[in-house]
Amino acid sequence: MNKVITVMDAISHIKDGATIMMGGFGIVGEPHKLIDGILEAGIKDLTIITTDTAWEDKGSGRLVTERRCKKVIASHIGTNKQSGIQMNAGELEVELIPQGTLIECIRASAYGLGGILTPTGIGTAVEEGKQKINVDGKDFLIEKPLRADFALIFGAKVDRSGNITYKGVGMNSNHVMAGAANMTIVEAGELVDIGDIHPNHVNTPGIFIDYVVGGGK
Amino acid sequence: MDKNQMQNDIAARVALELQDGQYVNLGIGLPTRVADFVPNGINVCFHSENGFIGLGPTPKENEADDQIVNAGGALVTILPGGAFFDSAVSFGMIRGGHIDVTVLGALQVAENGDIANYMIPGKMVPGMGGAMDLLIGAKKVIVAMEHTAKGSPKILKNCTLPLTAKGVVSLIITEMAVIEVVKEGLLLKEVRNGFSVDDVIAVTEADLIVKELVS
Repeated sequence: MNKVITVMDAISHIKDGATIMMGGFGIVGEPHKLIDGILEAGIKDLTIITTDTAWEDKGSGRLVTERRCKKVIASHIGTNKQSGIQMNAGELEVELIPQGTLIECIRASAYGLGGILTPTGIGTAVEEGKQKINVDGKDFLIEKPLRADFALIFGAKVDRSGNITYKGVGMNSNHVMAGAANMTIVEAGELVDIGDIHPNHVNTPGIFIDYVVGGGK
Repeated sequence: MDKNQMQNDIAARVALELQDGQYVNLGIGLPTRVADFVPNGINVCFHSENGFIGLGPTPKENEADDQIVNAGGALVTILPGGAFFDSAVSFGMIRGGHIDVTVLGALQVAENGDIANYMIPGKMVPGMGGAMDLLIGAKKVIVAMEHTAKGSPKILKNCTLPLTAKGVVSLIITEMAVIEVVKEGLLLKEVRNGFSVDDVIAVTEADLIVKELVS
């Protein structure tokens, strides 16, 4: 099975107004070539689901800085000044979700669950408008799955069928976002042939991946 | 003490609370410095919420790996016995009660253990990141912070800023005092750096319970 296409072929699927899940924590594990492709193609009015909005001039933060986003769903926007400036000016909608809840809602979507129950956020602004449920004497918030049109992720080593091995802290949200969107595209740090990754070293199996774009950090 | 010395002083005092064999998560900023002051003979394992356990010191310039960074994005190392994992596993460790101690900064702490540390509405809204999960999940929450914000109290009867979590703080360590959150309120355990009990009471809005004290 060969899922390899070019960056621009991958980007051609993405239209203005799309919802995109972006892998990475800070800039480590972000799909930088796919981000470049979105910027080059002029795609705008995006909703980005991400752990954080990285830095003003780096990674997914550039999508905010270059005003391609109408909404950001994230746990943290503090490292990117532009996110705060545009939010305070009413130009960017920001939905803040605790990081552990964000990742579990993404996981729920990828794995076919109807939501999750979490104690995180009880007694804070996070619980506003949400259903609470008591299980065996303890309160939990019901949090719904988060799904996107596209999940754009990065793997240090990827084979042509989409099997992924990560490096360092690069597994972060990438592993969980694979399959949580209608189309998952992985950017390969190093593209290898099928069989080059030992089955025991596959972190994310290729079944979750629709397309692979190759090469480069 | 200048600001740098004060932060190191607070971090060094926090480090004395750590016990051999604990799994510990340090927040960004002042809490990160706690790692530099762990006493000899105490082995703790640091968890980094961006996806690994076994956080080691800053690497030498020629040994740095740009794929090994802490939650603040700074280059770090991973020690032998460490492990990398994804964000769901990382927050499962946190929420599931597997982290013994978390050390975090705060904007405000209340006498019932409430803490506010993720936003000042209309001014600064960085987001909660992993703080809400850490606060409800860690077995012990230590707040490491300067005692006041340029003279105005941060230890209050009630928090006025949006809460990050309710009733979770175990211990507050500042340059002036060590304060334990107990059922009855805030127990002043130590006055530090030559400050008197009256000095501490004067800049603490919440009531303090004063019994036997260490200076």
